Amino acid sequence: MSDSAYLRPPWKNLERQHQAVTLGIWAFLGSEVLLFAGLFAGYSVYRGLHPAGFLAAGRETSIVFGTVNTAILMTSSLTMAMAGRTAKARLFHAARILLFATFALGLLFLVLKGFEYREDIHKHLIPGPGFPISVEGAALFFSFYWVMTGIHATHVTGGLVAVLRLIVTSRNDTAWLAGSGSQEATALYWHLVDMIWIILYPLLYLAGRTHG
Amino acid sequence: MAREKIPAKSFWKLNRDLVMTWAGLCALLAITCTLAYVPMGRGNLPVSLVIAAIKAALVGAIFMRLSDHNALNRLAASVGPIWIFIMFVLMGSDYFTR
Repeated sequence: MSDSAYLRPPWKNLERQHQAVTLGIWAFLGSEVLLFAGLFAGYSVYRGLHPAGFLAAGRETSIVFGTVNTAILMTSSLTMAMAGRTAKARLFHAARILLFATFALGLLFLVLKGFEYREDIHKHLIPGPGFPISVEGAALFFSFYWVMTGIHATHVTGGLVAVLRLIVTSRNDTAWLAGSGSQEATALYWHLVDMIWIILYPLLYLAGRTHG
Repeated sequence: MAREKIPAKSFWKLNRDLVMTWAGLCALLAITCTLAYVPMGRGNLPVSLVIAAIKAALVGAIFMRLSDHNALNRLAASVGPIWIFIMFVLMGSDYFTR
């Protein structure tokens, strides 16, 4: 199938259509960045007000799960970028394998996050009655931890649905990966989700490691 | 459709810069994780954030191909960081100067 089959109104050619797709997704990513920026701002203010509590709480998060999950998400970004590159080179079978790998890595991230949450719940690291850290501000840290990682995991789930759509739709029409612009839009979203985790990692997993 | 065949060497050539970037990201992850255990007083947070910013910039520049995009897309991509910068400057001028 010729790539022009993927042209949709109102665009006159595929190049313009792809430009519109990427501009649209960048505008959407801008709003996503600001959603997380509000959380980063809140975290900064409360960490400034309660440094001891944030450090005491920070050393209770699981650095093993956090670090392994960071590596997994960065690797999924690599496979997603490679999928785009190979699709552009019209190596569609290889591109689909790389999309499968991206999906599997994203799923693995969520599974490990689930195990981490189970460990956190077992240690009662939930703000409220029975919270084990008595230092002022520690409960606030964990409020940010649950909200930030929860919203991020929701984004990963949304990304997985989008990657699955690429895999399913390209099953009988592999050239769609290069022609439609959907692969590029999904990839940009996936990389942003990775980028946000890269910023969350030092805030939630590296704080307070030199103490105690 | 017949499945395309690609020699491993060509595949590597096609994706070399991406794999090198990933290796750099993994190295930075190892460095930041190790440095978190090195006592630097108030320096631990800024150091880890600088490394995170470098990693995020690598993802943006190489994986998201920001340098290949046209000026309009680059402008749209820069809006988020610009507004974050303004928000943190205004917020910091209050909370962190008390």
